[in-house]
Amino acid sequence: MTSMTFAVVSRPIPPRAPPPKLRRPLWRLLFGDALSAAITLGTIALIAMLLPALKWATVDATWHAATPSACQGAGACWAFIGAKLRLILFGLYPPTQQWRPILVIAITLLMVLASLSPRVWGGRLALLWGGAILVMLTLMYGGFAGLAFVPTSKWGGMPVTLLLSVLSLAFAFPLSIALALGRQSDLPVARGLSILFIEIVRGIPLVAMLFVAAILLPLFLPAGWTIDKLGRTLAALTIFAAAYLAEVLRGGLQGLGAGQAEAAQALGIPYWRMIWRIILPQAIQKVIPPLTNTAVVMVKDTALVMIVGVFDMLGAGRAAATDPAWPAPYTETYMFVATMYFSICFGITIYAQWLERGVRKRSHG
Amino acid sequence: MRRLWYDARVRGWAIQAFLLIGVLGAALWIAQNTMMNLEARGIRVGLGFLARPTEFPISESLLPYRTGDSYGWAYVVGVGNTLWISVLAIVFSTLLGLLVALARRSAHPLLSAVAAVYVTLLRNMPLIVQLLFWYAVITTNMPSARRALHPLPGVYLSQRGIYLPSISAAAFCEILIAAAVAGLAMRGVLRHRRVTRGTLPAVGAAVVAGITAVATIAPKPHIPHLVGFNFEGGMALSPEFAALMIGLVLYTSTFIGEIIRGGIDAIARGQWEAARALGLPERELLSRIILPQALRVILPPLGSQYLSTVKNTTLALAVGFPDLALVINTVINQSGQALENLALMIAIYLSISLAISALINWYNAHVAIVVR
Repeated sequence: MTSMTFAVVSRPIPPRAPPPKLRRPLWRLLFGDALSAAITLGTIALIAMLLPALKWATVDATWHAATPSACQGAGACWAFIGAKLRLILFGLYPPTQQWRPILVIAITLLMVLASLSPRVWGGRLALLWGGAILVMLTLMYGGFAGLAFVPTSKWGGMPVTLLLSVLSLAFAFPLSIALALGRQSDLPVARGLSILFIEIVRGIPLVAMLFVAAILLPLFLPAGWTIDKLGRTLAALTIFAAAYLAEVLRGGLQGLGAGQAEAAQALGIPYWRMIWRIILPQAIQKVIPPLTNTAVVMVKDTALVMIVGVFDMLGAGRAAATDPAWPAPYTETYMFVATMYFSICFGITIYAQWLERGVRKRSHG
Repeated sequence: MRRLWYDARVRGWAIQAFLLIGVLGAALWIAQNTMMNLEARGIRVGLGFLARPTEFPISESLLPYRTGDSYGWAYVVGVGNTLWISVLAIVFSTLLGLLVALARRSAHPLLSAVAAVYVTLLRNMPLIVQLLFWYAVITTNMPSARRALHPLPGVYLSQRGIYLPSISAAAFCEILIAAAVAGLAMRGVLRHRRVTRGTLPAVGAAVVAGITAVATIAPKPHIPHLVGFNFEGGMALSPEFAALMIGLVLYTSTFIGEIIRGGIDAIARGQWEAARALGLPERELLSRIILPQALRVILPPLGSQYLSTVKNTTLALAVGFPDLALVINTVINQSGQALENLALMIAIYLSISLAISALINWYNAHVAIVVR
């Protein structure tokens, strides 16, 4: 008898490769069956309908014109944008002083670039933004050290759009924190007032709010107190932004779970320190995507101030296009203004997507 | 004293008392300032002006209006216009939004790319700029009425606006009633489900009778035709109305499209796969499994999108279409009663908003999953 030894040899089955991705060649996707072919042809026909507009904007367009009368062709008059660029971008700001709004735009860009990474967010950055806003406002106003004083009625164009967006969001943010906390509070009076404020502001159109700010605010203040038009529209935009931001923040607070607050209370952490150090940082982090969304909405909404006669980018462009020397280049002007808004808003959207990817990567370890 | 300060309840009452006093004090202060300012400017507050005759025209309206009607009636006309363009914008942008969502979800690379560009482009530009753009395109880039563009039979595009073939209101009602009767009849037939040999000829006869009836009753549409320097007949959309509608519908459709797409994407893949594994036909898969679930995700954001669409109609005043906001703006300039008019404006828009959100909440509760 030979002794038999058995051994169990386990060999792991190598993981099977995933099934090959169904990669159909492009022409099959486009013309594979009758339906795809019909959709392809339909889409091409739709695009072809835009060709006359494209021809108008490129081939037929007048790009350079020594005099306004040279712009009489069948196409777009882009020469007008070149000739009026200063007016559209800077409004009625004195031409010799236009390095100041340019500097303001540059500071805004620099500050935005400096605060892109979430790593630098914090109290110090907020202080830096506060300082930058002060520097921008003093630069725009002037009236010191040989700089000519420029009243806000002469401000216009791009800096006004940027300042209104940045300032309304900056002022609205603390207000919205108070409103969101108030709405979540156990105190009935605080809760009631917050709900009343938020729901009324969200229930009326921004146009109504701008009218109230432009027409009624002077009535509400004692005689002799005056706020200029730009300040009044800024107040309306701030109140508007605060109500919408508060709702976004409320989402973050509700998503937090009661455990965080209860743990903090069990540890004996005082209320405000708990809010400041535990609740808000987590709540805000949760709602970064909708917060950037609100920022896009606010940038777009600053265009409404044109209705009450503030010369933002849209108002300045509209004023420029009324020049009777040129052949009514409204379409070209609005296309240019829309492109400027698009680059700002699309930039914020791309940034938000980048941020969200970062957050997702971190939460997956 | 120290114990009182650390008593949460006492502190809560103290904070609330301070809040209340602060808010009431601010309100009183504003009221007092307003009264003094009004007195100093010699403005009398009151709603008496609503009965006075107006001195301004309203360029187009759903309800009849003439210069000289009362301010109150001008308000009613403004509200009518606002509701009219809101309903139109909501209906058309929902339909277009559905198409946009389907296009973005489609496996067809060209179609989904075109839809993505469309959505990205229009979402990131302010609505007011888009409205002004369309108004400028119509009034400055379109040819004169004599050389109007003629893209489809009976449709003319010119500086004077857009002209479409139309039918009279009575004929429209007839067609609506005929369609409703036909629909009910079809439903009655389908209810029986069992289409036997005996019913088939009857259905066939009914269809033939219906078609002949429609063909004989059907009125000839009014086709616009050029007379002198302008068109006559058909339906005329003013440049203001056309620009407002085009801009509002295109802009809103991108948001609705994304909402619908998000709702369908939110349904787990397993639901599709399970339904297919059970052998459910594709049409029932959509109508019985996916859409009812997607609808619950879609409805709340869709409702708030409808709300903001109603508020966005106030931008009509940028292109000069006489919605409520433009009417009120004119009334303020004519009557000088800014305080009352703006209060009315806020009250009206608030009530419209509250009514819509009540409707949405009711419908949400209606379709919500009942948790037992």
